[in-house]
Amino acid sequence: MSDLTVLAGPSRPRRNLAREIMPYAMLTPAVLVTLAIVFLPMVQTAWMSLHEYVLFRPNDFVWVGLENFKAALQDEVFWISLRHTIIWMATTIPAQLLLGLITALLLNQDFPWRPVARALIIIPWALPSVVIALMWVWIYDSNYGVANEFLLRLGLIQRAVPWLADPDTALAAIILTLTWQGFPFFAVMILAGLQSIPRSYYEAASIDGASAWRQFWHITLPGISGVMMTAVLLRMIWVANSFDVIFVMTGGGPGYATYTLPLYAFVKARTNLDFGYGSALAVLFTMLLMVVVLFYLRRTRKAMD
Amino acid sequence: MALHTRPLHKRILLVELPMLAILIFTLGPYLWMFLTSVSDEATLFTEGPSIWNATLENYSRLFRTVGFGSNLLDSFIVALGTVAVGLSLSVTAAYAFSRFNFRGKRILMLQFLLINMFPLVLLILPLFVLMRVLGLLDTHLALIIANSTIAIPFSIWMMVSYMNGIPRSLDEAAMTDGCTRLQALRRVVLPLCMPGIIATGIYIFITAWNEYLYALTLGGRNVRTITVAVQTLIGEYEVQWGLLTAGGIVGAMPATVLFLLVQRRLISGLTQGAVKG
Repeated sequence: MSDLTVLAGPSRPRRNLAREIMPYAMLTPAVLVTLAIVFLPMVQTAWMSLHEYVLFRPNDFVWVGLENFKAALQDEVFWISLRHTIIWMATTIPAQLLLGLITALLLNQDFPWRPVARALIIIPWALPSVVIALMWVWIYDSNYGVANEFLLRLGLIQRAVPWLADPDTALAAIILTLTWQGFPFFAVMILAGLQSIPRSYYEAASIDGASAWRQFWHITLPGISGVMMTAVLLRMIWVANSFDVIFVMTGGGPGYATYTLPLYAFVKARTNLDFGYGSALAVLFTMLLMVVVLFYLRRTRKAMD
Repeated sequence: MALHTRPLHKRILLVELPMLAILIFTLGPYLWMFLTSVSDEATLFTEGPSIWNATLENYSRLFRTVGFGSNLLDSFIVALGTVAVGLSLSVTAAYAFSRFNFRGKRILMLQFLLINMFPLVLLILPLFVLMRVLGLLDTHLALIIANSTIAIPFSIWMMVSYMNGIPRSLDEAAMTDGCTRLQALRRVVLPLCMPGIIATGIYIFITAWNEYLYALTLGGRNVRTITVAVQTLIGEYEVQWGLLTAGGIVGAMPATVLFLLVQRRLISGLTQGAVKG
């Protein structure tokens, strides 16, 4: 090595060193900042979860080990929230995927106002969650809401239903809202996937006499499966992590009817100022989510091979 | 199954009508909110929202009595601050990822991807404690820092995909002409990926503008962003739906307009990785 540098002349080692240091120097600010504002807080959450830490008793920061986690497992509300989280994710994401797939297939056809439709379809994506929540609370309003009026006129219900105030309907009402909010994401992702499938595949298939359904099954679906899996993964993480729409719409109520795990962790910390227990719930939720994500990644990788 | 032209009536029945139904489902709630916001509060509950005697009364009340002006200003400061922090930190980082091979590259990239996966609740509590210790609670800076947790990893991700689209040979040519790395970055790569940078910046702006939980937890009294202000309206004015929906429309307007302006570029940036991968 040293022989080579001598041969290459005196300027060479300096340039090499600069070349090697350069990428790290360029990355340092971003890495340092994320360490400070993301990783440090995360470690701190894990640390807080092992303590009894109630904010209005600032001098109490008592090591309790896994007590918070034990308490969570015996906490009825934890299990209710977990059940809701599972129901919520298991219905919202497939609904978004299906609606998004249909929308993408339609947007992939030729019709005169397609550019307009494609631009307008993503509006829910741009709206603040608070506005979405507000909008749908107004739609579900038991006295003047348009949802009741619409269903009454169609004769589907006999009298106005207090959608968000009734524990039996509140979760479903929220799931509809979240489906509405998220399906445009699937639509644009899948549309991009559809447009990357070579046209010649379809031409060849129709020459061979394949029906539209068979073309869809054997060309379209395999062609977009990669995008769909990425989209599901991203959406799963986003849906799981965002609880602001629910928080504004119902605050978790009535009773515990719309509690989900991240919401419960937030409420516990925010209203009870119980940061220790809230952190434990947040950590538990993150671990559960990571298990699901890893499982999903393994399954899809197997399916792709 | 797609793409070849169908007879007109078949197209209307199979494509345009279903598309219209989906659009009504998508835009209906938004239009309903708009309609409510221009209806007179007094007749709203007797006659329902209507466009025929539209009034801007709700909007003017929003700025006169509720003080929406200062909320908008707070949101602008926070969102622009987040854009500045997010972009300035991520441009060089993205360039390093896009142009260099170095030890630890995969791990470093992976960590920026992983950050996107962590639940916000996991960060909110310690950030609150941190801001309290630093005496930053209820300041614009606190919200800018908190929003950067989302903005930085996202814009690195977007920017790497834009920069990969610019041929390496261009900056190498600049360097054979005597530019240093940094000059090549500034004179060749930056101008070329300006559209991408602008799109990323606008997306950061939108996310920061729309953010609610950080704004609620770390701000709320002196620094009250528009999303928190809208939410507070729900509590304070229980039945004044005209006013509330006007607040919703005003709060959503900047982000919606910006989004419609850049949606094409944004979506291509977002989907590039997914489609190829």
